[in-house]
Amino acid sequence: MSIFDRKNYFYPDLPQGYQISQFEYPIVGKGYINIEIEGKVKKIGITRLHLEQDAGKSLHDQDIKNSYIDLNRSGCALMEIVSEPDLSSPIEAAEYVKKLRSILRYIGSCDGNMEKGNLRADVNVSVKREGEKLGTRCEIKNVNSIKFIQQAIEFEAKRQVNIIESGEEIIQETRLFDPNKCETRSMRSKEESHDYRYFPDPDLPPLIISDEKVNSLKEKLPELPDEKKDRFMREFNLSSYDAEVIVNDQSTALFFEKLVKGRDSKVVTNWITGEIFSYLKKINKDIKNAGIAPEKIGSLIDLIVDEKISNRQAKEVFEEYMESSDDATIFIEKKGLVQLSDPSEIYKLIDKVLSDNPKMVDDYKSGKDKLFGFFIGQIMKISKGKASPKIVNELLIKRLKE
Amino acid sequence: MNDFENLSISSALEGLTNKKFTCLELTEYFIQRIENNKDLNCFITSTFDKAVEMAKVSDQKIKENKTRLLEGIPIGMKDLFCTNGVRTTAGSKILENFVPFYESTVSNNLWNSGAIMLGKTNMDEFAMGSANTTSFFGNVKNPLGSKVNKELVPGGSSGGSASAVSSGLCLGSTGSDTGGSIRQPASFCGLVGLKPTYGRCSRFGMIAFASSLDQAGPITKTVEDSALMLQAMVSFDKRDSTSSRQSIPDFSDFKKLSIKGKRIGIPKEYMIDGLNSDIKKVWDSGISWFKSEGAEILEISLPHTKSALPTYYIIAPAEASANLARYDGIRYGFRHSADDLNDLYQKTRGLGFGKEVKRRLMIGTYVLSAGYYDAYYLKALKVRKLISQDFEDSFQKCDLILTPTTPNVAFPIGEKQTNPIEMYLNDVLTVPASLAGLPAISVPSGFNSEKLPIGLQLIGKPFDEISILAAGALIEESRGFK
Repeated sequence: MSIFDRKNYFYPDLPQGYQISQFEYPIVGKGYINIEIEGKVKKIGITRLHLEQDAGKSLHDQDIKNSYIDLNRSGCALMEIVSEPDLSSPIEAAEYVKKLRSILRYIGSCDGNMEKGNLRADVNVSVKREGEKLGTRCEIKNVNSIKFIQQAIEFEAKRQVNIIESGEEIIQETRLFDPNKCETRSMRSKEESHDYRYFPDPDLPPLIISDEKVNSLKEKLPELPDEKKDRFMREFNLSSYDAEVIVNDQSTALFFEKLVKGRDSKVVTNWITGEIFSYLKKINKDIKNAGIAPEKIGSLIDLIVDEKISNRQAKEVFEEYMESSDDATIFIEKKGLVQLSDPSEIYKLIDKVLSDNPKMVDDYKSGKDKLFGFFIGQIMKISKGKASPKIVNELLIKRLKE
Repeated sequence: MNDFENLSISSALEGLTNKKFTCLELTEYFIQRIENNKDLNCFITSTFDKAVEMAKVSDQKIKENKTRLLEGIPIGMKDLFCTNGVRTTAGSKILENFVPFYESTVSNNLWNSGAIMLGKTNMDEFAMGSANTTSFFGNVKNPLGSKVNKELVPGGSSGGSASAVSSGLCLGSTGSDTGGSIRQPASFCGLVGLKPTYGRCSRFGMIAFASSLDQAGPITKTVEDSALMLQAMVSFDKRDSTSSRQSIPDFSDFKKLSIKGKRIGIPKEYMIDGLNSDIKKVWDSGISWFKSEGAEILEISLPHTKSALPTYYIIAPAEASANLARYDGIRYGFRHSADDLNDLYQKTRGLGFGKEVKRRLMIGTYVLSAGYYDAYYLKALKVRKLISQDFEDSFQKCDLILTPTTPNVAFPIGEKQTNPIEMYLNDVLTVPASLAGLPAISVPSGFNSEKLPIGLQLIGKPFDEISILAAGALIEESRGFK
């Protein structure tokens, strides 16, 4: 059973004069998530997840005389996820938020867009000497990027250490992070805190969630990032790092799984984390809304593996290929990129270069090994870069031994 | 000119369908009546132009044989229901100039049934009162006062609605009942007032007083009219999370229901100190009518009755203290000029709300405060459970409960003003059913020695409005007057 309460306080950006929230009976209780720090797994406790209404936003810097209120978000439902005091460094906090965001996106309950304010963090920071109890905390409200979370904690921790080392005490208060100055500032102290007079909202009956409902939701749950990562490492032999990068975003993981079918997982991983990621960054889209078909990438990779085109060439024309509607074979043909791998054709090129340079051939045979590179260069040159370097290499060794 | 004076909703519907008169004639008659009886102060805002417009539409519908349930029936709308484009004040200065841009579900349902809006009826400020003396727009007079040469209160909080129907300014009106605000004024004005089961009528667009108690209902001259209006008002509404999905019966089926063999519970705890002796007599008569119709009368006990009033006066103000927090002068309604934000809140609310509203907001804020919550609010919630349990237990033994509606008849304006507790005692017999969310109806059943009306209350099982309507009809037949 979950109950909605009213949290009562007056503020211009709160149109009802109370916020619908959850106090004693939140919709989700205790849990935990795992984060990975320097290869080690750390368990971070979740205290609760409750639902509440978002307030509006007061804007005090738009006009000298007036304050404005932005009510666009007012009344929208939001989840507040409270963690246990288990995070002990800025990097841990960042990893925690990243993991949380990844899970929320997998479940589809939040798009995790911090820039738009769809995911925000209230960061509670306290410092202590080793072995001591947790110190007095300060809460930094509404931090809206992972980078800012780290910066805010770093600044705030230093500030608190300085206060304690100068013999003073930390005052519990709410603070703001200013990303421009990279510092936190006091918003209001605890003494000004209200008696919120929480009481069950009489407009909203208790939410009764049956065990059947919980179980059916559990069954519908998608494979979450941690499980997926383990499976990818197992099934596709991915390194922990690669697997982490791939599963972080569900669409990427899905894309990977489609692409890797019948292909080498290392090659596929490299293409996704390399060319595809930098391409997506350039066009400012994610893998889902960019609408890239796995087969489009797959057919290009296949041409490389089949040595129809070199890896280097493929990378060079990748962007152009992505913009075109041609399939990979037609595209590289149109571009005249089809790799020359027919041995008889390549022998012709080899023979031409060798017969044009009889002196060099003699020198090579008498021990000047370095000339091998010269021959390769010449052969590639007359093939206009189309010859498969691998085959040229193999055949040249053979020919020179004859 | 037709004789419209003794029309009920059902007889008006008959006259309209038989083309004895038109909606326009009927509407213009009531407009004239309202103009001639301004001294009663029943309406805060009149909507005559709108009424005429609506009447024309209804006449057209009748012509086309496309009549709806309440086609062409002019009614009063309590000024607690938001009406799109029509000022809605809740009887308060703080909403003196508030014009909603949306329609309450209840009023919308009524217009969709063909009812015609004559205006917005006066009421106690935010429905907080039992005498209609807390309205910013002045007190309402009970038309029956002229019988005794006194200025009597119409009851409250739906005082304007009751007085308007009683004085023949409209055929029916809407009320809202939080602790008795439909039943008590109906009783004081000699009318039928019905509070349906909590959840029957949507609260969307009905300005909130106490969300867990507020329920809309009709005030009419007859039980039949009550059933008709109720039918038009109820609906499931997804915009109100407490709105009920219970299937909606044809309330006119009350006519088919026999009281014979029904078990009528008489709660001994309602025989309170200070119950007017004339009212006691009417209650006894009521019992005898049911007996002679073949109903079984049994004494029941609702042991927590005496705790109902104090429980109500904790829960209702607590909810109100949050519900009325939105009137802060920031977005709409009255705003007093001020130097800073706190000053703005203090002056706006200090001057915008009347004394009774402020008293209840302070009580409500107090009982929810840290350190007092457990002792007052939480305890009240627990007692409320016990009161509901009392009714549940009793309804194992009986089908209906018969009680007086009020401990006294309508009193003169100005009385009971010094001691709020004395005023609150008006609700002592109506709040228990409110706390339990049960349907209850007040039906005129007799008179005191001064010929002032006395109502009896029938309380039913959840969603069994039909039984209380049927029992109400029995009272109408048995009481010996029209």
